[in-house]
Amino acid sequence: MRQLETRSHQLGAKYRKFLVGRTGKSPGLVHIWEQFWRRLTLVKVKRAALLHGDRMFNFILRRVAVAIPTLIILLIASFWLMQSAPGGPFTSERPLPAQVLANIEAKYGLDQPTYVQLWNYVVGIVTEFDFGPSYKYKDRSVNDIIAQGFPVTLTYGVISFVLAIVVGGVLGMAAAIRQNSWLDYFAVGITIGAQVLPNFVMAPILILIFTLWLGWLPGGGWNGGEWQHLIMPVIALSTSYMASIARLTRSSMLEVLRSNFIRTARAKGLPDRTIIYRHALKPALLPVISYLGPAFVGMVTGSFIIDAIFGTGGIGYFYVNSAFNRDYAVMMGLTILLGSMTIMFNMVVDILYAWIDPKIRL
Amino acid sequence: MTFTIKAALLSSAFALASPALAAGTHPVTGEKLADDQTFTYRVLDEHTSVDPQIVEDVSGSEIVRDLFEGLYNQDKDGNLVPGVATGYTTNDDKTVYTFTLRDNAKWSDGKPVTAGDFVYAWQRLADPATASEYQWYMEVMNIKNASAVMSGDAPVTDLGVKAIDDHTLEVTLEGSLPYFAKTTTHTSTFPTPKWAIDAYGADWIKPENIVVNGAYKLTEHVANERLVRERNEMYWNNDNTIIDKVVSLVINDENVALTRYQAGELDRTEIPAGQYPALKASNPDEATAFPRLCSYYYTINVSDNAPEFLKDVRVRQALSYAIDRDIITEKVLQGGQTPAYTFTPGATAGFEVPSVDYATWTQDERNAKAVDLMAEAGYDKSNPLELSLIYNTSEAHKKVAIAVSQMWKQNLGVKVSLENQEWKTFLNTRGEQNYEIARAGWCGDYNEASTFLDLVQSGSGYNDAKYNNAMVDELLADAKTMDDPQANYTKVEEIIAADMPLIPIYHYAGSFMIKSNLIGSWPVKNVEQNWYSKDLYKVAE
Repeated sequence: MRQLETRSHQLGAKYRKFLVGRTGKSPGLVHIWEQFWRRLTLVKVKRAALLHGDRMFNFILRRVAVAIPTLIILLIASFWLMQSAPGGPFTSERPLPAQVLANIEAKYGLDQPTYVQLWNYVVGIVTEFDFGPSYKYKDRSVNDIIAQGFPVTLTYGVISFVLAIVVGGVLGMAAAIRQNSWLDYFAVGITIGAQVLPNFVMAPILILIFTLWLGWLPGGGWNGGEWQHLIMPVIALSTSYMASIARLTRSSMLEVLRSNFIRTARAKGLPDRTIIYRHALKPALLPVISYLGPAFVGMVTGSFIIDAIFGTGGIGYFYVNSAFNRDYAVMMGLTILLGSMTIMFNMVVDILYAWIDPKIRL
Repeated sequence: MTFTIKAALLSSAFALASPALAAGTHPVTGEKLADDQTFTYRVLDEHTSVDPQIVEDVSGSEIVRDLFEGLYNQDKDGNLVPGVATGYTTNDDKTVYTFTLRDNAKWSDGKPVTAGDFVYAWQRLADPATASEYQWYMEVMNIKNASAVMSGDAPVTDLGVKAIDDHTLEVTLEGSLPYFAKTTTHTSTFPTPKWAIDAYGADWIKPENIVVNGAYKLTEHVANERLVRERNEMYWNNDNTIIDKVVSLVINDENVALTRYQAGELDRTEIPAGQYPALKASNPDEATAFPRLCSYYYTINVSDNAPEFLKDVRVRQALSYAIDRDIITEKVLQGGQTPAYTFTPGATAGFEVPSVDYATWTQDERNAKAVDLMAEAGYDKSNPLELSLIYNTSEAHKKVAIAVSQMWKQNLGVKVSLENQEWKTFLNTRGEQNYEIARAGWCGDYNEASTFLDLVQSGSGYNDAKYNNAMVDELLADAKTMDDPQANYTKVEEIIAADMPLIPIYHYAGSFMIKSNLIGSWPVKNVEQNWYSKDLYKVAE
C-alpha cells in the first residue's frame, strides 16, 4: 500500500515537472493539475479510507475523463464518414457548371483538403461557437437551426419522457403488486399492444381520429407549442417507451418481491406499504434506470417520424434530412449536439446508478 | 353639399382600405368573394431560401414570387404580363432590350423600385462571391459578359445591364435571343434591396429585416413548420389584390397532408400517388390533374465504356417498344399522366408533338417488332439478355421499375436486376455512367422545347446517356436563332426515336386537391405552375 502511494506520487511529480516546463511558472495550472492527479490516483490508492462524497466525486471525474475523448472520436469519425459518402451538398439532378461549382465550393471552403476543413470547423466552434452554415437551407446557419428546432424537440421530448415514466412506472408496479389480477392482465395487454404499434402507424391513425373524425385537435404544426399541438406528438412518441417501462418495472418488481430480504421484511410483520416503498422500490428501479438514459436521449434528441408526420419543426427531421442532403455542417452540428447529449445522459444514468447501488462506485 | 362631400370622403376611404375588397366582389369577374381570404397550402419540404438570387427550389420560388416582383409576371395561361416593367423595346437584331419601369412601384420601406435595383440584383447573381447555384441563368439569358463575370475574369460592372435612368433598364446580350422577355419571370432575376443587404448581411431575409417589392410581406417563418406572408400595403397593385394572408405549412407526409386537407386545415395539397381516381370520384369539384412540363424516362448508357449490348440500337429499340406505356399511366400510376413516345411533352409552348413511328403502332405491333429486333441482335428466351436497372429510392419509381421489368421479361425474356439507391448516391452513379439503364426525370426550366432537347446535345452536362450525334448537335445549335425552330425539333425527336438513347415513358401530371372556392382562380393552364397569390381569390359559397 505504502509503496503504491509513493509510486503514484512519483508519477504525479513527473507530470508536474512536465507541465511546469511547458507553461513556465504557472502555479494555478499546476495546482489544478495536482488536484486532478490526486483525485485520479487517490481512488486507486486510498479507496478504503475515502469518504463517501469523495468516492462519488472521483467516479464522476473518471466518467468525464472518458466522455471527452469519446466526443472527439465521434467528431472525427462522423466527419470522415460524411465526407466519404458519394455525392456532395451541391450534387443535383442538374449538375452545376464547373465554374459555378468552383465558386460555391470556394465560398464554403469545400475546395480545401478534408483535414483543413475539419480543423477550420473545430476552430470555428471553439473560438466563435459557430457551427457553420447550412448548404441547403441558405437562409440560416446551423446555430439558427438548433436554436429554433431544439427547444421544440426538447419540449415534446421531456413531456413524453415524464409521461412515459409516470404512467409506465405506476402501471408496471400496480401490475406487479396485484399480479394475476384483472389489473395485471389489463396492464400487460395494453403494454404489449402499445409496443407492437409503431409510431409511424399510430401517428397517422391519431390524426385520422382526432382531426378528421372528431375534429378536436389540429392535425399538426407547432404554433409556438400550444397544448393542442402537443397532445398527439406526445402520445405517439411516449407510448412505446411507456410500454417498455411498464413491462420492465413489472418484471423487476416481481423479482424483488420474491427475494429473501423482502420475505424477511414480511416475516417481521412490516406493512405492505413500507415493504414496497422502503425496501422494494429502490432495487426494483435499477433496471428501469439503466433503460431511462437511452430512452431519454431517444426522446429529446428528436424523432424523424414525429417531425415528419406532425410537421412540428423539431431537429429530428433536420438530422435525417441533412444526411440525405449531404448538408455537412448541419449534420456535424447535430451530431455533436446529440452525441454530447447521449454521452451526458449515459453519464447521468451511471451516476444515478452508482448513487443507488454502492457496488458500482467501487 | 356637406352630405356629398361626406359620402365622397367615405367612399374614398373605402377605396383606400383595400381589404374591403375581400368582403365584396371581384373587380373584374364580379364574383362574390368570401369573407376570409386566407390561403393555406401544404409544401413537401422546407424551402431553401427566400433570397431571389439564392433560392433554388420550387417551393422557395413560389414564396419569392409573392414577396418580390420582377420585370414580368405570368398570367393564368402562362402569358407574359407586366410586373415592374410596363413594356420594352428592342433593336433590330434583338441584342439590346430596353425596359421601361413603372413609376409607382415601391419597396415595402417606401423607397421607389428603380432600374438600379435590377442592375444590383443581376450583378449580384453573376458575382462569384455570391456563389448562387443559379449563376448560370445569366448565361441562359445570354447577357453580355456573363461568363467572364462568373469566372471572375471581369468585374461585375462589365455585365451587360445598366440603368439609363431610374425607370429605364438597358440589357445587352451576347447574341440574339427572341424570347428574352420570357426569361425575366424567373425568380433569380427579381430585384433586391442593396441597402437592406448591406445593413443586415445574410440575415436580411429574416422577417424582421426583409424589404420586399412584391404583393406580400414576410411576417413569420418557423423553419420546417410554417411560413406566413401578409399584404404589402406599399405594393403598387395592392388595391386589386384579394388574398390577405398566405400560409405555407411543411407537411412531409402526403397522406397526412390529405387528411388535414379533408379536415379543412388546408386549401391545397398534392394527391398521393394512386389516389387520384378515387378522389376524383368522391370530390369531383376539388380533385384536379393537369399536364406538367416534365418527362419521365429511362436513360440508357451509350457512353464509350457502356456494355456492348447497349450500343446495339436494336436492343435499345426493342426495350423501348416492349414497354406498354398505357398500363404504366392507367394502371400503375393513375394520376392523369400521359404516355410518352417523344422526350418533349406536348404541353410545351409552341411545340407540336411529331408523330414518331412507334407511337402510331398498337402495343401488339410494338411487342412483335421488339421480339424480332431482339432476335436479330442475337437474344431470345433461351438466350436471354441480362441487364440492370437502377432507380432512386421511392415507392413510385419502384412500381414503375417492377412493371417495366415484368414487361421486358414477358415479352422479350430479358432478365432484369433492379437496384435502388439513395438520391445523391444515385446521382453520382448515373453521372459517372456506372449504370446500364437508369431512371430519370426532367422538368423544363422554361416553356420552350429546347429546355428538354438540349439534354441530348453531346456537350450538355445533363446528358447522362453520353449520347453523341453530330447531326442532333447541329440541328439544336441552329434552332437557337431560328424564328420557328419546330422543324428542327421534329427532326431531333425523330432521331431520338430511332436511336433511342433514352426511353420516354410518361409525361408528368400535377394532381392537386384544391378547395372548390379557390379552384376557379387557380392557374391550371399554366403548365409551369408559376402561380402568384396576388391573382388568387376565394369566392363566397
